[in-house]
Amino acid sequence: MLQATRATRATRPRTRASLSRSARSRPGTGLAAGAVLTATLAVSIVVAVGIGSVTVPIGDVIDVVLRRLGLPADGVTAIDDRIVWQLRMPRILGAAATGAGLALAGAVLQSLTRNDLADPYLLGISGGAAVGAVSVIVLGVSVAGLVGGAALGTAAFVGALVALVLVLALATGRTGDLPPARTVLAGVAIGQVCAAYTSFAVMMSGQHDAARRVLAWTMGSLAGVRWHSATVLIVVALVALVGIIAHAGDLDAFAFGDASAASLGVSLRRTRWVLLVGTALLTACLVAYTGAIGFVGLVIPHVVRLVCGPLHRRLLPLSALAGAVLMIWADTAARSLVEGQEIPIGVVTAVLGAPLFAYLLRRESRSA
Amino acid sequence: MRLTAEGVSWGVRERTILDDVSLDCAPGTVTGLLGPNGSGKTSLLHVMAGLRRPGAGTVRLGPDDVHELRTRVRAQRIAVLEQHSSTSLPLTVRQVVELGRIPHRGRWPASRDEGAAEVAEAMRLSGITHLADRDWHTLSGGERQRVQLARALTQQPAVLMLDEPTNHLDLSHQLDLLAAVRELGLTTLAALHDLDLAAAFCDRLVVLQDGRVAAAGPPEEVLTAELVDRVYGVEATVGRHEHSGRLHVVWHDARAAR
Repeated sequence: MLQATRATRATRPRTRASLSRSARSRPGTGLAAGAVLTATLAVSIVVAVGIGSVTVPIGDVIDVVLRRLGLPADGVTAIDDRIVWQLRMPRILGAAATGAGLALAGAVLQSLTRNDLADPYLLGISGGAAVGAVSVIVLGVSVAGLVGGAALGTAAFVGALVALVLVLALATGRTGDLPPARTVLAGVAIGQVCAAYTSFAVMMSGQHDAARRVLAWTMGSLAGVRWHSATVLIVVALVALVGIIAHAGDLDAFAFGDASAASLGVSLRRTRWVLLVGTALLTACLVAYTGAIGFVGLVIPHVVRLVCGPLHRRLLPLSALAGAVLMIWADTAARSLVEGQEIPIGVVTAVLGAPLFAYLLRRESRSA
Repeated sequence: MRLTAEGVSWGVRERTILDDVSLDCAPGTVTGLLGPNGSGKTSLLHVMAGLRRPGAGTVRLGPDDVHELRTRVRAQRIAVLEQHSSTSLPLTVRQVVELGRIPHRGRWPASRDEGAAEVAEAMRLSGITHLADRDWHTLSGGERQRVQLARALTQQPAVLMLDEPTNHLDLSHQLDLLAAVRELGLTTLAALHDLDLAAAFCDRLVVLQDGRVAAAGPPEEVLTAELVDRVYGVEATVGRHEHSGRLHVVWHDARAAR
């Protein structure tokens, strides 16, 4: 199933040099890109809030936000307030946080494992989460009395954590080290087991729409995000952003391999544990609320590298911003393109992200 | 700073790679590490650089046990030039050299040109200032080695460890690199293959064989026909060149075609 293909991809050899050999990173590119992306993010939030089954003019959106922030604003109707502040704003901020978190996790895992195909679900996270989700969707397993989305999210989170623990147990060496190659392979192995369980449960369930519901979960959705979940997502993404940027120098040190990183004063074992487990927990939190949204974590770091170079002081914050913007628009498209129905957001991220990536790749290969 | 190893042993699983090795590098001297392939040169460099923890024995840098130093502090004092270095990232020469500032940087980026003076000085010493904006992948082997040397110097170490730094370099670049290293006046430990070069550029030589020290001392004492035969199994004559007065190893082995 999906988890399996994702994990297998990640074991193929890296090809980053051929992707971005000639990418230049002039001083100033990073700051300029950061300013542009920050502005784009702010505009995207305001504009996207107005878009949907009911269109809200930008002026009214701004009034609602101003009033909610306790600032002077023109008259706001109750219906506008409900649409803008209660329904769309948390979903859009949750999307931004999810996109930022996935892009960060992808960037870190690609650098740490030196594998271009690494994505946030590398360590069995999506497979484990799917096991949890399927158990609730298909088998009706109840989780501590929770129902609906809460049960699904909790089960997915627990499943992801169990998978992570199994992967770490498989990969950890006698000396307590966590070598990237073995960790990736352990992720593949656990992912395959999870995929087998997921397929088995779906095929054997006898519920005619089980497969469709599981597939929909696997493709991800932000439809259930309200203020409390959005707040969790934002806090998680911000904590991850700060924690990961604090390791920017350590990640740079891996450019010439592990021995070189060690001789530059990076503690390999500590750095790998902190970053691998940290990004896995980050991803598990995101997956619990939104499902396993693909593509963003894989492609955004590559796109940013192509434009701004591979140094992490730029790569990490710019990836977070770019991931946030892409996810906002992917989610906006997912909820508004087809009237009365949600398109799975994983479909949209791929459709939006792939052409952008293809264009940059093509430009690279011409200039190389 | 003085770098010493006392009774260092190291192995992987049951295989012993280094067996009771002791070594003394006086401050500001260049020590050449010789020995056949697989004799433990790289392992010894890694143990002495603090990258591998010995099973027995200690490595001291000045008064400190290298393996008890915090990794960052260790990297501020010992820089390593690896035998091979490659990256898949599209880095410029300046960015590669700037990696050497990592042990000196805090968690959070300070000013933009933090360490710029050290980077510029290291590039000047290594003779690569003109390459600063080149893509690392477009450089020749000799240029890459000099870039790595600049990266190592940017760490502002007290000790420089070189693992076969002249590999893949032509004769002129070999001389350039070793002369540059001598100029620096750092305590240096260099694994080398070329016996003539080792004799010319090192104050002391240490010869490893099967993970043990087979000989140690000044080049003229260590490099003898007897040693070359014993350690490498090659028949040779060691003499001094009539013009330069430098030591020379001339081999006349039966395996040669003529």
